Amino acid sequence: MTQVDRLATGGRIDRSQTLNFTFNGKGYTGFEGDTLASALLANGVRLTARSFKYHRPRGIVGAGVEEPSTLVELMGANASGNCPATTVRLSEGLVAKSVNCWPSLAFDIGALNQLASRFIPAGFYYKTFKWPNWHVYEGPIRKAAGLAAAPSEPPAKGHFESRFGHCDVLVAGAGPAGLMAALTAARAGLRVMIADEGTEAGGSLLSRKLTIGGAPALDWVAQTVAELAALPNVTHLQNATVWGYREHNYLMVTERAPTNPSLLERTWRVRAGHVITATGAIERGLVFGNNDRPGVMLASAVQTYVKRYGVAPGKRAVIFTNNSSAYAVAADLVAAGVKVVAIVDSRETVPEDARAQVPGIEVMAGKVVTEARGARHLRGVAVTAKTGGAARILSCDLLAVSGGWNPTVHLWSQSRSSLRYDAALATFLPDIPAQAISAAGAATGDLTLNDALRSGAEAAAHVAGCDTPDIPEAPDLPYAVDPLWRVETSTGKAFLDLQNDVTVDDVHLALREGYSNVEHVKRYTTGGMGIDQGKTGNLNIIGTVALAQGIGMDQVGTTTFRAPYTPVSFGAIGGLREDTVALPYRHTPITEWNLAQGAVMYESGARWRRPGYFPRAGEGLQEATNRECRAVRERVGVYDGSPLGTVELKGRDVGRFLDYLYTNVMSSLKPGRGRYGLMLSDDGLIMDDGVCFRLDAHRWIISTSTGHADAINGHLEEMLQTRFPDWNVFITPVTSQWNNATICGPKAREVMAALGTDIDLAPEAFPFMSVRDGVVAGLPARVVRVSFTGELSFEVNVAPRHMRALWAKVMEAGQPFGILPVGSEASHVLRVEKGFLSLGHEVDGTVDAHDLGMGWVMSKKKADHLGKRAVQIRRDGTGPRRELVGVIPEPDCQIPEGAPLTPGGGREETEGFVTACVWSVVQDRWVGLALLENGHARHGDTAHVRLKGGEVIPVRVTPPCHYDPDGAKLRS
Amino acid sequence: MMQIPCPFCGPRNESEFFYGGPVRPSRPDPAAVNDEDWTAWLTQVPNPLGPVQEHWWHARGCGTWLTIWRDTRTHDVVEAPDDAG
Ligand SMILES: [Zn+2]
Repeated sequence: MTQVDRLATGGRIDRSQTLNFTFNGKGYTGFEGDTLASALLANGVRLTARSFKYHRPRGIVGAGVEEPSTLVELMGANASGNCPATTVRLSEGLVAKSVNCWPSLAFDIGALNQLASRFIPAGFYYKTFKWPNWHVYEGPIRKAAGLAAAPSEPPAKGHFESRFGHCDVLVAGAGPAGLMAALTAARAGLRVMIADEGTEAGGSLLSRKLTIGGAPALDWVAQTVAELAALPNVTHLQNATVWGYREHNYLMVTERAPTNPSLLERTWRVRAGHVITATGAIERGLVFGNNDRPGVMLASAVQTYVKRYGVAPGKRAVIFTNNSSAYAVAADLVAAGVKVVAIVDSRETVPEDARAQVPGIEVMAGKVVTEARGARHLRGVAVTAKTGGAARILSCDLLAVSGGWNPTVHLWSQSRSSLRYDAALATFLPDIPAQAISAAGAATGDLTLNDALRSGAEAAAHVAGCDTPDIPEAPDLPYAVDPLWRVETSTGKAFLDLQNDVTVDDVHLALREGYSNVEHVKRYTTGGMGIDQGKTGNLNIIGTVALAQGIGMDQVGTTTFRAPYTPVSFGAIGGLREDTVALPYRHTPITEWNLAQGAVMYESGARWRRPGYFPRAGEGLQEATNRECRAVRERVGVYDGSPLGTVELKGRDVGRFLDYLYTNVMSSLKPGRGRYGLMLSDDGLIMDDGVCFRLDAHRWIISTSTGHADAINGHLEEMLQTRFPDWNVFITPVTSQWNNATICGPKAREVMAALGTDIDLAPEAFPFMSVRDGVVAGLPARVVRVSFTGELSFEVNVAPRHMRALWAKVMEAGQPFGILPVGSEASHVLRVEKGFLSLGHEVDGTVDAHDLGMGWVMSKKKADHLGKRAVQIRRDGTGPRRELVGVIPEPDCQIPEGAPLTPGGGREETEGFVTACVWSVVQDRWVGLALLENGHARHGDTAHVRLKGGEVIPVRVTPPCHYDPDGAKLRS
Repeated sequence: MMQIPCPFCGPRNESEFFYGGPVRPSRPDPAAVNDEDWTAWLTQVPNPLGPVQEHWWHARGCGTWLTIWRDTRTHDVVEAPDDAG
């Protein structure tokens, strides 16, 4: 028994290509051209899902992106969750299962929820699961009620891609209106992009039997597609959804099946001169008792299955409608050999042109379906007069419903363009455009084929500034509708939103509880949320609110339409930007050397890769760090300081510019000399610290901390360009133009001499905080005497192309002195021993230079600099300040960084915290730094660290500098 | 994704720019204002519903700090820099 409900002929499927697939563990076959939904229907599978909240049996309702019911999880290499079965293209070997169906579709334990359903009203989760807090319940509820799990692995093959697109006109949708618009614009010479979500162009024409110019409509589609393909100014994307409309006509388009076989999906970011939304219309459902039974389908979907896929979704059909379009569906069903029992039409008067479509079929005017019958599948419907009364039971296994048509205004609304309610069409239509956008075809309410072609041509002609071309003859059944937002006499649960299990009663409850705004109704009931975003049900919710409140549809209004129009995979948004492609690492020229030495590499800010430490066999972090620290303190060490930010400034006004930026005076520096400085923002916070050297009269070089280099460059440019645009200053970031080996330790001068240099290294000729250009080890170099370790240091800067040679020569020249490479762990220990600042450790948004014991860096001579006034105002305020101190744990032990200090170690408000704690090789014990209230006055006192478990560690308060406090070594 | 007119590069994607915040009155002479006025200048940033003058930095382009008038309701750039094409 295979494909029992496949019609003998017809459909745009390739019957020569049989595809095998598995659904919920059972094997089936379908044909090339099928969707998973059409193949399931062809195999007679009707029960395809369980609902979200009540786990009611559900079937396939729609035929496209509007599908509210059957969501499946795709398994295997390209696993994906929450896909509407109607949008999954069938492929050989496809494995899918329905979501919400544990332990099985036929016997569902969650259906017990249904028995308790009167206890699960709207807002149930909000009201019930709030004590002690929602997170206690979140996990089990998500499992019981949730949708599919996210795939645990990325796609096995292929990758995602992003690209930009530019065009004069972007046409969204390749149905009759979109094709006509694209053709008109392209013939007028505009650069046209046309994107359509379907597997092939044609839109509604693929599902209907219509003619254009006397020939089958699909012939016209084929000719138009061929002409567009031949034009060089046209980009035509199929399987491509325009899902986001941003400001300044920037649109997101994701292609799901790009022609490149290695590509999974491609996202275009398109800047369009003009956008024409020819996005068609989506049919509404009808709201009556048990309207969610498998077998109740949208009339347009029934038509699609019959005409496009050659599938009969039932054997005995009833049509329930409030408009004329369903009459064409009935005619198609009859032509396909399906028995149409009757057409139930809620309108008192049915237009003759509609009746003429279905000769011999009973039309029950002024009647409504009040209830669908059958447990797991539709067995019949109860029909009464609109005003109630005795029911007549019609036996059927298919109910095709049509509640009228909603123009697909999602993109229109995303562009912030307005909508208006149209009483004649009983729906919201595009009104006033907010960007360069127009709507065409069914998307603007032109619901018949001739109107759609005309409005597509007119929209494009308006953009192109050309005459509207002649439109071929395209007869269609006129559209007429009477709104029916819900059947008021219905019995049983009447669903407004099938995906979220939201009923009429839920909306009434929300209104009774005061959630009367339609946005509040949405959030309280969850109606209109989820994968389908209420594409078939939203207007019925609005209508239900309007009926209950006795107000007009226009007064209720719509909820906000937000991107994405249909679900988009994260991969498609990210494209190639993942891992290190999104955030590449920065390397210095000696990364390979570091790795060859067995360095453990760290990220040291701004994505720079730096060695953390260089362990030898048997060593851990602490042993290696101690060894490197001892080398620096006792002999000599070398580190690669290249990542430190470096900016060169040139020009007549650099001096006064730097005086404005730094707290201290830089303009008084003599050429060749430098100074440490702090940069504040104007609110008095410390932005950065670093050194500033004057190279000659008009040339300066400053350093920034590694992680702040980009931000400081931006700050310099902002200050110069926005505050002093007429000052003569040129700013050049040169971090990557210089690399350096910083040789530090008591033997540093000997190593420099061994390297060979024409620079006089004598302390009086080349003192601390000065810079010299010369030749070192045969390489042109700039040597700076600056120290971040507290030892005698020579920072030897060379061009990057010379860095590896320099490094090799330093290691060679230093070998007799026992030189060691030093990682960032040891650098951290050395700076803590000296009490040197580290931004992010000792500096946060509360401390100023005075708190750090650096009042000397705040110039008293300058009338103004950035942050000066704010620091004064803060210091004039009352209350104790947290000040930088050293701490010595007694007894000797390590204190976690960030550990709080409390008065007496009691369970009281903190009076500071430990910013750093390291094993000091010079003190041979743990030492630390802390920010402590009134700390400067408490040197020699005991303060107390209080750890999380209540453990108290006494610490002796000292000055921050634990080593060489008068700086004799670094000046040596 | 807005399109921002750079006087040097022409209309470019917002992703090439850093936002520089609304343009404030020029910085007063700190010696000439009282604490209240200074604090007001420092902390009160224009935040209108409607057109606002603001700085953008073309950091991933030519490096120019530029000024536009942008309508906060619509994102429309209602006034471009004088020399933007
Ligand atoms: Zn630019």
